[in-house]
Amino acid sequence: MKKILNNKTRRTNLMTYLLVIVTFGVMQSLSSAGMLGSSMKGFLVPICVYVSLAVSLNLLVGICGELSLGHAGFMGIGAFTGILVAALLKEKIPTDALRLLCAMGCGGLMAGVVGFLIGIPVLRLRGDYLAIVTLAFGEIMKNIIGNLYAGVDSEGFHMAISTSKMKMEAGAKYIINGPLGATGVQKIATFSMGFVLVMFTLFVVLNLVNSKEGRAIKAVRDNRIAAESVGINVTVFRMKAFVVSAFLAGMAGALFGLNYSSVTATKFNFNTSINILVFVVLGGMGNILGSVISATVLYVLPEAMRSLQDYRMILYAVVLILVMLFTWSPKVKEVTSVMSDKLVRIFRKKEVGTNE
Amino acid sequence: MKKFVAMLMVLAMVAAMFAGCGNAEKPAATEAPAASDAPAATEAPAADAPAADAPAADAPALKIGLTGPMTGPAAAYGLAVRAGMEVAVEEINAKGGLQIEFKSEDDEADGSDKAVSAYNSLKDWGMQMFAGAVTTGSSLAIAAETNADGIFMLTPSASAVDVAAPYDNVYQMCFTDPNQGASAAELMAAKWPEATIGVIYDSSDAYSTGIADGFLAKAAELSLNVAVSDAAFTADTKADLSTQVTKCKDAGCDLVFLPFYYTEASQVLTYANTIGYKPTFFGCDGMDGILTVEGFDTALAEGLVLMTPFDANASDEATASFVAKFKEKMDGLVPNQFAADGYDVIYAMYNACVAAGVDGSTAPADVCAAMQEQFAAMSVDGLTGKGMTWDEVGAISKAPAAVTISDGVYVPMG
Repeated sequence: MKKILNNKTRRTNLMTYLLVIVTFGVMQSLSSAGMLGSSMKGFLVPICVYVSLAVSLNLLVGICGELSLGHAGFMGIGAFTGILVAALLKEKIPTDALRLLCAMGCGGLMAGVVGFLIGIPVLRLRGDYLAIVTLAFGEIMKNIIGNLYAGVDSEGFHMAISTSKMKMEAGAKYIINGPLGATGVQKIATFSMGFVLVMFTLFVVLNLVNSKEGRAIKAVRDNRIAAESVGINVTVFRMKAFVVSAFLAGMAGALFGLNYSSVTATKFNFNTSINILVFVVLGGMGNILGSVISATVLYVLPEAMRSLQDYRMILYAVVLILVMLFTWSPKVKEVTSVMSDKLVRIFRKKEVGTNE
Repeated sequence: MKKFVAMLMVLAMVAAMFAGCGNAEKPAATEAPAASDAPAATEAPAADAPAADAPAADAPALKIGLTGPMTGPAAAYGLAVRAGMEVAVEEINAKGGLQIEFKSEDDEADGSDKAVSAYNSLKDWGMQMFAGAVTTGSSLAIAAETNADGIFMLTPSASAVDVAAPYDNVYQMCFTDPNQGASAAELMAAKWPEATIGVIYDSSDAYSTGIADGFLAKAAELSLNVAVSDAAFTADTKADLSTQVTKCKDAGCDLVFLPFYYTEASQVLTYANTIGYKPTFFGCDGMDGILTVEGFDTALAEGLVLMTPFDANASDEATASFVAKFKEKMDGLVPNQFAADGYDVIYAMYNACVAAGVDGSTAPADVCAAMQEQFAAMSVDGLTGKGMTWDEVGAISKAPAAVTISDGVYVPMG
């Protein structure tokens, strides 16, 4: 115990896990006791989704130092793959939780594969190319999915990019219906699965960051030439971070898609990507615990300000600016570091006291 | 120090905003927050409250909720529906008898999480009936929720078939998209049987694609001569529609069908004019509002045919009084069919509630059952149609009406 607490990284990691577990426990017991309103209950799954998205993007932006503006594109791939898989496996896997896991796995895989494919040319380049390409990628994905039709009839599975090419029987049910998006989705996402997803994301990202690979990734971020000079293959390590990040975003997307009865492709646009990036930036680049907290707070914030009616979006922007000014002010940083040191000292004294 | 002052200023601004909102909201709220007021202040409202809403004293007000885009690019539709509904609610509450408490939430025209959380917050407020959502995407997400919760839903303007068809508690006030496309084809077959027809549509929009698909299916059935059917654009490319217009011109189309909203349509008309292309343009209910586009030469809209259930220039008394009240509320803005649909939704709900004896104390599930019974049998006369009835899947049946624009006003087509 003492060893873990003396190491700063381990201490923060432990705190991150603990925070998530305790929050889950509290929310779950409140929810089963019927003490949560419908709004609050409705937030639980999307919060888990956005926390995973923010943490996975933080791996790319904060740890690897690559700017990605198309995270929502991976989320969208995951969402629609997950919805398709869940609909197709409905008879084969009747258990909802198992089907949801399969859907999330497939959503993640699909996003990971697509991430790998676009990573091959782009990650070899220097500079801001990744930002430009991911931005375009997100928009392309939105438009492709927005024109995608898929459905099942007695002859099997059909998929096409326009209605005229869809040779579906009359009256057969579309799973993905072009600009209408996926409609009539069976909602199988649960808060428990959201919790599992967040824990999995944290486990993957935190372990990756604190491993040999993670140190290499950070070295690439800090000084590319120095990293190359000690024999680190820059492209490979950037690719690792990029694919892992895409995979996790795909899983989160699948959970998101299966939490609503309808999802449209326009949801996964540039604005959503930027929103996730805002969670990461305000939580602190490379700060995983910060991403978890900022994603939760910033997701709930505009909803909590509903009573302000038409002014809430303006106020949301004002809050973002204030947080930005506040957390980056040197004085505040000084105060928080002093406070946290004091807290740690008190905690440590107690530990010492009990051990001896 | 300077920074500190700046922070203070921002804080003061935020505080001022809060204060401003508080003041703006108060008149709209129907419940008197007597309990929270100072003891001295409560006496005055208590004294004149019974006089003002005496009938409401015995039965609690009926709670109706709406979600729609109140911010963002689609806000024009959400605000129009909201104001239309508020006009209806004010009229009903002034009459006495059954009172209505109305609340709207912003769903940002989102098709998943934002829409559902807007709906959830209305549910927490105690909503008994849902009069939304304004946009199709939001309605699709919310319809499944209302179905699970057993809350009656009557949407003013979400026109996709999938909104109402799968659920028995969901009804629509507007035409479904394929029906509107089919009636457009029928009208064309009756009026211009020889025309060469071109269709331009927005393939990224469910409304536009739905109408275009319904139209093309019916046109094939009626063997209309459709020369151009693949001139599609998306929300990202709608800034320039010259390719699509040129395509219709090159194919020699003398009738061009424009099943999308008036802002894009104004660009089509402007561009067609610059290249000297003068076919008959034919729009749908989304075209209503073309005469109000800023910076658009309304002379270009002369001869435009559109299918709209509502005409703000109609001379009947109900329309005139609605238009006057709406203009007063919205700083002189002329109401479009969205506003009229919203107005009709509130009255349809109100009539059904009065007939079924439902009031604010009825549980939402019982309201829903009573409403389904009423809506299956009743017929409503509103601003958007006379003798409107609903079929078993919740789609409306009312006579489609088409108008031609002549001298800047709508003239009903004979």
